[in-house]
Amino acid sequence: MNTKNKKIALTGGYAVGEAMRQINPDVVAMYPITPQTPIIEYFAKQKANGKVKTEVVTVESEHSAMSACIGSSASGARTLTASSSQGIMYMFEVLPVASSMRLPILMAVSNRAISGPINIHGDHSDAMAMRDTGWIQIFAENTQEAYDNTIIGMKLAEKALLPLATNMDGFFVSHSVENLELLEDEEVKGFIGEYSPKQSLFDFDNPKTFGPVALQNSYFEFRKQIQDAMLKTSKMFEEVAEEFEKISKRKYGFVEEYRTEDAGKVIVAMGSVCGTIKETVDRLRDEGKNVGLLKIRLFRPFPYKQVAKALKGVQDIIVMDRNLAFGTKQVLASEIEHATGKKVQSVVYGLGGRDVFEKQIEELFLEEKSPEYLM
Amino acid sequence: MKNKNKYEIIIHGRGGQGAKTTAEILVQAAILKGKFVQAFPNFGPERTGAPMCAFVRISNEPIRTREPVVDPDCVLVLDETITDVIDVTKNVTDTEALIINSTKEKQELAKKLKFEGNLIPIDASGMSQEIIGENRPNTVIIGRFAFASHIVELEDVIKVFRNKYENKIGKEKTDKNIKAIEKAFRHH
Repeated sequence: MNTKNKKIALTGGYAVGEAMRQINPDVVAMYPITPQTPIIEYFAKQKANGKVKTEVVTVESEHSAMSACIGSSASGARTLTASSSQGIMYMFEVLPVASSMRLPILMAVSNRAISGPINIHGDHSDAMAMRDTGWIQIFAENTQEAYDNTIIGMKLAEKALLPLATNMDGFFVSHSVENLELLEDEEVKGFIGEYSPKQSLFDFDNPKTFGPVALQNSYFEFRKQIQDAMLKTSKMFEEVAEEFEKISKRKYGFVEEYRTEDAGKVIVAMGSVCGTIKETVDRLRDEGKNVGLLKIRLFRPFPYKQVAKALKGVQDIIVMDRNLAFGTKQVLASEIEHATGKKVQSVVYGLGGRDVFEKQIEELFLEEKSPEYLM
Repeated sequence: MKNKNKYEIIIHGRGGQGAKTTAEILVQAAILKGKFVQAFPNFGPERTGAPMCAFVRISNEPIRTREPVVDPDCVLVLDETITDVIDVTKNVTDTEALIINSTKEKQELAKKLKFEGNLIPIDASGMSQEIIGENRPNTVIIGRFAFASHIVELEDVIKVFRNKYENKIGKEKTDKNIKAIEKAFRHH
């Protein structure tokens, strides 16, 4: 069977699960109960069918899932997990421990709302909550990107020695069946390469301490090192994306500029809503309106330079946040204002899985003033 | 202006009747002909018996939009009682089709639904009960859709069904389901 670049249709969850099968990690720690995702269901099946050599650790909570990942990664094993929503809130305490110990754990996140009220549907609340924990964060628009980001993310995390979260919109991508192209197992294997950790607990000739106490005299330096590592990640992202393009023919930048070159009005957004925006942009362009989209792919570290360049000549900027930051300016809107030095219109949309229609996007483009909340 | 290359379907049913599965079978059949597809349910709590629907897009070009289908080219109704609580004819024009699991006559149903388009009632529950021995309206509806729309090929639907289910439900039951699909395809 010729499976070269085979075209199939999968949900985002299964596509990420398939990428995980191809990565064939040493350890996957999972808490297989709601709000878990189809990723883990798919991967557990691969394990049961003997398709991966992975040690699957089923634990009693998400806090334990991330703790197990930390232990496993510190011992030198290539380690993954998947989570979302309340799961991430529960593992929150240990998220910054992973980055502080410089462990390249990959976590596939299906972005969902956080309680309360209780809601497990798609929005970016979970990802925005973990934005300052020292994790690299990449966002996907569709199943293809969710799959690709998993493979790119594994390599980037290990290069940067930082944990990395790949984000796809819960349900809108994780549960939607769509076409995508898969790489061959061998291509993925070749791309990510053998994992040989520079530091590990199991390097008995060079014993080391992971996760020590660091008091007033050294804590600051440790934290600063996470920042230094994070800032160096941008260049690495570029290199890894270039290498990925060679095997996949798919080019990924920090951002995606969609018909922005001569645009007077541009929407900035992340995730699956970008597809709906592209569709609307094309329709409005046919009617002679000069509108465009700037899609943010790499969210942490934030690509300030690339954003500033992309929005240089743009007069009107609308920034869509699928998260509500209370008592302050919205997260993405603040980043864009900071990057461009311009005032933007900030719109909160789609909380708790609320649908977004092309008609609403069209209104954002055509009305002079945007609503603060696209309810 | 609608993208003419994009064919959009809404499938109405109750939780457990297979609306989501129907959507998946249709798109998996369409990709065998090299189409671009998208299938997703309306994401609510999944409760057996509660009204739910699934959306399908089939196109010659990549599909990017994420909005629920608002202006369908065809509507499939797996359970007639849904029509009492949901307006299944919304945005279905005179030239578009509505295939519904019903024992009623076309005229009677058209009057009830106030629908003047291409209304196709088929006793999907009765036919599946007779052929499969179970109430599986979705297989019959899939067969009828394949005939009415020419959007997916009968052979592709059968191939997908066999691949998806033979391991799960066994050859005998798979054959019966396929028989139901074929019979619905020829029933007109």
